[in-house]
Amino acid sequence: MTQKTAFQKVYTKLTKITKATCSVKAAGVGYEELAIVNGRLAQVVKIIDDEVTLQIFAGTEGIPTNAELVFLGKPPVLRVDDDLAGRFLNAYGEPIDGGPALTGAEREIGGPSVNPVRRKQPSQLIATGIAGIDLNNTLVTGQKIPFFADPDQPFNQVMAIVALRAKADKIILGGMGLSNDDYLYYRNTFENAGALERIVAFINTTENPPVERLLVPDMALAAAEYFAVEKKEKVLVLLTDMTMYADALSIVSNRMDQIPSKDNMPGSLYSDLAKIYEKAVQFPDGGSITIIAVTTLSGGDITHAIPDNTGYITEGQLFLRRDAEIGKVIVDPFRSLSRLKQLVIGKQTREDHAQVMNASIRLYADAANARTKHENGFELSDYDERTLKFARDYSEKLLAIDVNIDIDQMLDTGWKLFAEYFSPEEVAIKADLVKKYWPSRN
Amino acid sequence: MLTKGKVKGIISNLVIVDVEGPVAQNEICYILMGNIRLMAEVIKVQRHQAFVQVFESTRGLRLGTDVEFTGYMLEVTLGPGILSRNYDGLQNDLDKFEGIFLKKGQYNYPLDENELWDFNPLAQTGDQVQAGSWLGEVIENWVPHKIMVPFKFEGTYKVKWITGKGSYRIKDKIAVLTDEAGREHEVTMVQKWPVKLPIRAYKTKSRPFKILETGIRVIDTLNPITEGGTGFIPGPFGCGKTVLQHALSRQADADLVVIAACGERANEVVEIFTEFPELIDARTGRKLIERTTIIANTSNMPVAAREASVYTAMTIAEYYRSMGLKILLLADSTSRWAQALREMSNRMEELPGPDAFPMDLPAIISNYYSRAGYVELNNGKTGSITFIGTVSPAGGNLKEPVTESTKKAARCFYALSQQRSDSKRYPAIDPIDSYSKYLEYDEVKDFVSEYISPDWIDKVTKVKDVLIRGREAQEQINILGDDGVPVDYHVRFWKSEVVDFIILQQDAFDKIDQTTPLKRQKYMLDKITDIINAQIQFDSFEEVAGWFKKLINALKQMNYSEFGSPEFVRYEKEVDEMLTETVKL
Repeated sequence: MTQKTAFQKVYTKLTKITKATCSVKAAGVGYEELAIVNGRLAQVVKIIDDEVTLQIFAGTEGIPTNAELVFLGKPPVLRVDDDLAGRFLNAYGEPIDGGPALTGAEREIGGPSVNPVRRKQPSQLIATGIAGIDLNNTLVTGQKIPFFADPDQPFNQVMAIVALRAKADKIILGGMGLSNDDYLYYRNTFENAGALERIVAFINTTENPPVERLLVPDMALAAAEYFAVEKKEKVLVLLTDMTMYADALSIVSNRMDQIPSKDNMPGSLYSDLAKIYEKAVQFPDGGSITIIAVTTLSGGDITHAIPDNTGYITEGQLFLRRDAEIGKVIVDPFRSLSRLKQLVIGKQTREDHAQVMNASIRLYADAANARTKHENGFELSDYDERTLKFARDYSEKLLAIDVNIDIDQMLDTGWKLFAEYFSPEEVAIKADLVKKYWPSRN
Repeated sequence: MLTKGKVKGIISNLVIVDVEGPVAQNEICYILMGNIRLMAEVIKVQRHQAFVQVFESTRGLRLGTDVEFTGYMLEVTLGPGILSRNYDGLQNDLDKFEGIFLKKGQYNYPLDENELWDFNPLAQTGDQVQAGSWLGEVIENWVPHKIMVPFKFEGTYKVKWITGKGSYRIKDKIAVLTDEAGREHEVTMVQKWPVKLPIRAYKTKSRPFKILETGIRVIDTLNPITEGGTGFIPGPFGCGKTVLQHALSRQADADLVVIAACGERANEVVEIFTEFPELIDARTGRKLIERTTIIANTSNMPVAAREASVYTAMTIAEYYRSMGLKILLLADSTSRWAQALREMSNRMEELPGPDAFPMDLPAIISNYYSRAGYVELNNGKTGSITFIGTVSPAGGNLKEPVTESTKKAARCFYALSQQRSDSKRYPAIDPIDSYSKYLEYDEVKDFVSEYISPDWIDKVTKVKDVLIRGREAQEQINILGDDGVPVDYHVRFWKSEVVDFIILQQDAFDKIDQTTPLKRQKYMLDKITDIINAQIQFDSFEEVAGWFKKLINALKQMNYSEFGSPEFVRYEKEVDEMLTETVKL
């Protein structure tokens, strides 16, 4: 932690203490400035007359009214330099991996927004090898997209796979309320893949105080901006789990007596989340920041304020689902959506991409209808039976998250399945594509 | 003497200022943070304290910082050169800022002071004029941009002197007016106006009567909006609100389009920046960007400026309306604006209304919508602002304060349905839940029967009935099974599918299908009406789906073909043959 110097004034008379904040009479304090209260980091959140209210990131447990309070005269900063690469840091940007202290220049976190006219339209495909993503919901650099997942789903595994396959120059992991096991999982996975020097991680585990999490996304994105702007690198930021972040927001706003809006979330939730997600950007000179996040749901409810506000901000969302028939987790083709996919589909991928994607999803939907029909006790037609067989294969060979093939192979697999179960008329794809790609019988 | 003050409290972007002197509600002030000047607006005054919302981040601001009040409200600068520009919510020209990031306390002049404009006088010495009277015109892109008597001028004036034809900069004197008391006033090509006040330099605002062609069938045919009308589009995320708004901005039959990108995704604005300079407006043959002005205050830009952005956009639209032009104003999304109001109300610890929104939200929204409209100017010419806003209801639930308040204010309601969107039936506007109050206007009925055809509204009503009956039939089929209902139910259901596939659904990414002129919409509606009225007999339900699928396919190919082209005619013949054959049965 930053050492206090001899010139700083020490305050020793707190006027108010709540579970997350404390107040003190002080002069000359800047808004959002940092302070240290009995060795704990705190930040100014309110100044009224001469009373300054601070949120103490580590919580106020055991803080006495005569605690020593020193203002640091600066907002939260991260030391940025190339030596960030390969480091595991805590929410304050301090090493937790036993390595040396960071040496770079101090940079304010949560900095200004990119001028929209200086952005470039995202246009570079990110290949993950997972067909549920590459084929149906193609990701693009500069995009921001969350997994909407129930806590029991393997989203951390999928994120780790995506991160390693994405060919990013840097992977920045922002872990909020991560269980210690998941933290170690990420660490081991990256280490085993020999990717450690591409990783920068900011970790707040469930063992750390919740309010500390509020610093994690800004820390991660400050590091991302350093590499994307100054080094022109392709940076992938993983934020898990944003629901934990939003929960921390609501704790603080509650302690500050703010009137809650929907689902007890602060009224500013949309703006708070947008400030983070909108850091995703494609710069004209090649650097980019792509954000893949996780928003855990409660019982699949996407109307809750956290996923709802997220959905309005992000460019699509990915859903995982367990397909009982094949016993695997798949990327749900119906509810998942990548809003930026049309920027690359058929442009950076094969001409038949859009048609194969749409036709297979339509046939998969027909299968779902057939299943409902069957459950309601109606007889199935020959076509219904074939769609059910197709759906099983499609799920197994393309949607399952353990698939790892390139996009051309995904398209070829698609055509193979069409030919196996349907006639070209039933698939209803443009005639010239059928002629070119429909596998011949033998 | 302008009032000064000192910072007394800071809560996020709400700053409390101790003032020594008079301040006005909505007055603009600057907080002097070292060499950075933070712009702020007074939103509440209590005794000697002014509560101001800062249009920037207040990070690092200290107690006791000096504040200077300006004596004016938030104003926009109006003059030639606004079109094709990209402004932020406070009308800063985004292209003029240097660097990748927006810096705190940076403001710039929204127009080009050195550009020369070819001025052509329209008024003469001795003319009686008033606020909004046309003194002359310059050509901006292709638009005849009228130079008007400033809107702030009250009463009547006499033109004492007006300059001749020639090239002038916006701040050059182009006329001198004498007021009733004999005082002289100089007029340039540029003027200012406070955004929160409507520009009322017109004679009357009348009931809208003329349909505004959007080229989107589910709007024009079923629930049309009028020139000077208001409408709104609520819908959960992922239902195609933005695609629909972009389609409107590309295709609508308006002279100018003003887009307020208010608290939405930056990449969506980038899409407009990237595509509009390339796309051609079919009506004028000009680049789309030439008729478009964008006010971009994306979701990560300062929240208070988000509120300002919708007013800035409206004021710019009102300015051009006063020139006798037809303006389409789009705001995406008005919910973000309402949320900005909520954040401030919350910080001021006001007693909250429903969902913690401020109590006066309905009043603020209806006040804003009321600024749209079809007006007759003092010189007898007409102009209009058609306003369409999107609403992003929390959780997709339409029973929330912003949707409900907007429903009271807007006359057209385009409900985006999650169900239609899930089944990829785009645009996902629900044909039954949506409505256009304008269909009840006698003025609109008269216009339609003269301009389209006398039986148009009857046919539209009929089509809506077919949709409702089709939905009922489908429910019965789902409950009782395919063979549990009379064959006629299947026919009823499939007739509604014909309407759905051929009129409601439209491919926003297909060159031809994306926009359908009213004339073509009439042709297709007539065709569909014939099909609906045809007595089609089938022996069993198995035949029905196959026959209609084939019919729909042929009709769809018509939609994809150039109107009246050989393919169009060929597919139409196919449709007609199918009809005559079956009806004969």
